[in-house]
Amino acid sequence: MMDILGLAFKNLLRYKRRSLLTGLLITVGVVAVIVFVGLSGAFKEAIVGQITDAVLSHLQVHRRGYMASIDNLPLDRMIPAAAYKRLEGVLQANPAVTAYSPRIKFAAMLSNYAQTTNVRLNGIDPAKETAAVPLLPSRVRHAAEPGRLLQPGEVLLPEVLTRGMEIKTGDTIVLVANNKDGSVNGMTFTVAGEVESLMGPGGRDGYLHIDDAAALLRMETMEISEVAVRVKDFDGLQAIADGLEAALADMKTPRDTPLFELHTWEALSPFYNVVRMIDLMALGIQVILIALVLISVLNVMMMSVYERVREIGTLAAMGTSPGRILSLFVAEGFSLGLVSALVGSALGMGALYVCNLVGVQVAFGRAGQLFTLLPRIAFGEVVLTCLIVLAVSVLASLQPAAKAARLEPVEALRHV
Amino acid sequence: MDIVVFDNVTKAYRSGEVTVDALRDVTLRIPEKSFTALVGPSGSGKTTALNLIGCLDQPTRGTLTVAGQAMAGMSRRQGAAFRGAHLGFVFQDFSLLPVLSVYENVEYPLRMIRRMSKKACRPEVTRLLASVGMEDQADKYPAQLSGGQKQRTAVARALVGQPALVLADEPTANLDGQTAQKVIALMKRMRDEFGTTFVFSTHDPRIMEQAEVLFHLEDGRLVDTQAAPGEVDR
Repeated sequence: MMDILGLAFKNLLRYKRRSLLTGLLITVGVVAVIVFVGLSGAFKEAIVGQITDAVLSHLQVHRRGYMASIDNLPLDRMIPAAAYKRLEGVLQANPAVTAYSPRIKFAAMLSNYAQTTNVRLNGIDPAKETAAVPLLPSRVRHAAEPGRLLQPGEVLLPEVLTRGMEIKTGDTIVLVANNKDGSVNGMTFTVAGEVESLMGPGGRDGYLHIDDAAALLRMETMEISEVAVRVKDFDGLQAIADGLEAALADMKTPRDTPLFELHTWEALSPFYNVVRMIDLMALGIQVILIALVLISVLNVMMMSVYERVREIGTLAAMGTSPGRILSLFVAEGFSLGLVSALVGSALGMGALYVCNLVGVQVAFGRAGQLFTLLPRIAFGEVVLTCLIVLAVSVLASLQPAAKAARLEPVEALRHV
Repeated sequence: MDIVVFDNVTKAYRSGEVTVDALRDVTLRIPEKSFTALVGPSGSGKTTALNLIGCLDQPTRGTLTVAGQAMAGMSRRQGAAFRGAHLGFVFQDFSLLPVLSVYENVEYPLRMIRRMSKKACRPEVTRLLASVGMEDQADKYPAQLSGGQKQRTAVARALVGQPALVLADEPTANLDGQTAQKVIALMKRMRDEFGTTFVFSTHDPRIMEQAEVLFHLEDGRLVDTQAAPGEVDR
């Protein structure tokens, strides 16, 4: 085997410029795949992190049927207090859950005494919410008191409203809301700051204290719209969600259907489609790499066979078996792929290292928040890319190699 | 004992609509360990006869036996195995592998065909290189050699597997007269040293003189046989 590879390398060096150009083409392809996968992975990680850590958390629990009407923020599909207690027990008992935050979500009329508009609001327990979505405080601007999210009697309003209505921190506003029975209630609040907008559901909501929300909606017992849950192992999210769903399965509605429904961030955020698109683009660039390797190796090996017909005849005449001749040419394609893949991997990983040193920044969200990407690629991804290159190189060499092996020695020896 | 036996061998080729008989009913025997030449003008059938002996081609009619093995019905794989085990080849244009050194070229049949280890090959390759006077050039590449040196290397490569028979198609055609004589003398010496049968084709009268057995071909037919006493029994 080593002999065949040794001879293959020597034959590649025989046509230095051609081998170099083909190798360079494959190398560039491998570098492109590694850099793209590294950068897109870091972008995904940063954006998914932002969405889950600043708005959604990792998964959410709702009463069954709530998600179907979530755009209306229905108050008649809340989790009853007793059921929430049991849900809390399940969440507290699960070691995979690091934090959870109950929310009361509702729509209200907002008045600054001069103008009125509608607003979507989340009633939250500030401590629990900060634990479940740790980046929420970083979205607050012009805070009344740095480091404090909000306290009872305060409201955080979305920046799109504060700017339009010229509401400032410290101003008093009135919130008017209908409760689930249809009766109207109004309360005054002090603006504690503005919340930066983010893409996706909940990205333009305001916040107030959960007790204030319950009071505004005249709840006799606390009912919860959703519970945001943060887990320890993000990569094992689906398994954790499945475990929680199983643990909650015995809690039924009067119609004997499960009381709760769980959704991971993928089902809650439209950005998941962007993630899938990025994955698709990564697959696309791998397909381009495959095409690049296939065409370049096929071309170089066909030329190699065509130029060495007489030499193949000599090898066959000396007693080299057709299988051995086939291996010789496949080994050439393999060697070309191997060297190119190794060099490309080294350069690609070097490029990612440089990106990490330099710090690639991307803007995300309406506010154009800057994220520094930390591109990296799993070793398995690099190995997979190399294996793809090697497999395609061998595949591309097979046809020319088979042609060489099939040459009739007597005709090959006549070739000039 | 005859190493090659042609019995009414005919080889026909299709050339467009026409069938050309390159060899016609040739019957001949080549004695073992002989130094045999196939002679004749271009198109007489010398190369065709060598190709048939070398198992590179199959007779259209008749029977051909080489080293006790009937050539008919051999598959390509069997043919390659037979050539690797019993035959050596010397080509008019030397046909050394340009990417291999002299040593590696001679080593090739042992390493790549007989799959011997590098260590096991070394004594045989060194001995052959010494025999053909190329031991000092072992590290050189074909492009750095003269025509005579290339052909000496090719002779060493042909002999390295200790074949029963070496076939040489016009081995001196690309050499000057003096070098050609030296190469023929070398081949003869190798025959004496290793007991290998040499069969070569030529149309050079000076080279023909060196042959012990001489088959004269014309238009695919065997027209004359000359042999030293006791060499050919027809």
